[in-house]
Amino acid sequence: MTDSGTMMPPVRPAFDSASDATHPAVTALAAARLVLARDLKLAFRKRSQLVQPLAFFAIVTTLFPLGVSPELSRLRPMAAGVLWAAALLASLLALEMLFRDDAQDGTLEQYALSGGSLTWLLAAKTAAHWLLTGLPLALMAPLAGIALGAPNGAVPGIVVSVAVGTVALSLIGSIGAALTLGIRRSGALLSLLTLPLDIPVLIFGARATELAIGGEAYGVPLQLLAAVAVLGLTLAPLAAAAAVRINLE
Amino acid sequence: MSEFCLKGENVHLWRGDHHVLRGVRFQVGAGECLQLTGANGTGKTTLLRTACGLAYPEGGEITWRGQNIREDMRAFHAQLAYLGHEPPLKSELTARENLHYWIGVRRRLEGRELDQALERVGGNQWADRPVRTLSAGQKRRAALAGLTLMRVPLWLLDEPTTNLDAEGQKLVGTLIDEHVQAGGVALAAVHHELAVSRPNGLRRMELTFD
Repeated sequence: MTDSGTMMPPVRPAFDSASDATHPAVTALAAARLVLARDLKLAFRKRSQLVQPLAFFAIVTTLFPLGVSPELSRLRPMAAGVLWAAALLASLLALEMLFRDDAQDGTLEQYALSGGSLTWLLAAKTAAHWLLTGLPLALMAPLAGIALGAPNGAVPGIVVSVAVGTVALSLIGSIGAALTLGIRRSGALLSLLTLPLDIPVLIFGARATELAIGGEAYGVPLQLLAAVAVLGLTLAPLAAAAAVRINLE
Repeated sequence: MSEFCLKGENVHLWRGDHHVLRGVRFQVGAGECLQLTGANGTGKTTLLRTACGLAYPEGGEITWRGQNIREDMRAFHAQLAYLGHEPPLKSELTARENLHYWIGVRRRLEGRELDQALERVGGNQWADRPVRTLSAGQKRRAALAGLTLMRVPLWLLDEPTTNLDAEGQKLVGTLIDEHVQAGGVALAAVHHELAVSRPNGLRRMELTFD
């Protein structure tokens, strides 16, 4: 039917009634790629949400020297801790919206009813969250680190540790975001749920960054950080999918 | 696998202390559309959500093609389309983009199919406009285009004519007509009788508070 009300010829019958095979013709990976592409496109059309965590990170790391001391010799020992506390809180800031919009407009319901793997689709959403929050933070962290007295040689260590650590933060956060879906203004509860789980990430991440700033080998804490990320990658999408299903009820 | 048939047997569901579904029985087979009517709060939406597996009934069972839907939920979901109160559309994306991402998660979609479905619901004029600029009726039409694109035998529709003008309401009737004529099954919660032109397969069930 057109806008003027003219009927258009009918489309062909909606399904093959002789077949049982009405399973989706797309693979879980292809569906996940589509969700990732959609979330990235949406984020670039809603830039304010994209910039918010980065602006927060920049403000915290910039204000810190003003409050403590502008002397680099005093800032350098604290740089790793400041970078990591700011990165953790900036990552947390964007978490509340990870699934909320999709829950409100029925998109999550459609994902749950798609006949595909909800776990993969939520993993894709979490990947998009990391690409839009964690990765930019990892790229921005060396600048903040240098402003806090880190030497140029520490840049690779800072980037890698923040990049790996924020993967773990996004994955852990996805569980909290899924669990608090049904609660209005869930920010405080989300923080309470996820911050205890984020502590190992904070400890290993800050240690790796600290060693990198000091010019020492940071392989061991980085490996532990990667282990937390791998554990998160294995368990978090499953847990998030289970929590979303419960909240959709 | 047996013929398309959705059946609810003695379905009970509570929301807190409120016993919403009290032993509900229904059956809707191939070539049929069952309209659920009833006052607000009688559980029409809850029954639809239970029928599609989003809500868990405390008692009774729902079967699709003779099998409890909980036995292979993903296979069941792959055969149903559910349209809730709100069309699952993102306001920052165009109607076409929304359908591409929404339906693309379920099945491979060709651009021509998308064009046809949008044309069918009168969407040629607004398919490439951001959804935030569309009226509520146009959004509903975009959701109807998504429904036809899913190509599944079971339609579960919650107030499918909401926000639609008279032509749009006729369109819903026509789409349901074609779906059931092709051997599909439809279960629709409605406040007003659906405007179907071939009422043979149309049945009505009223939910009450008792």
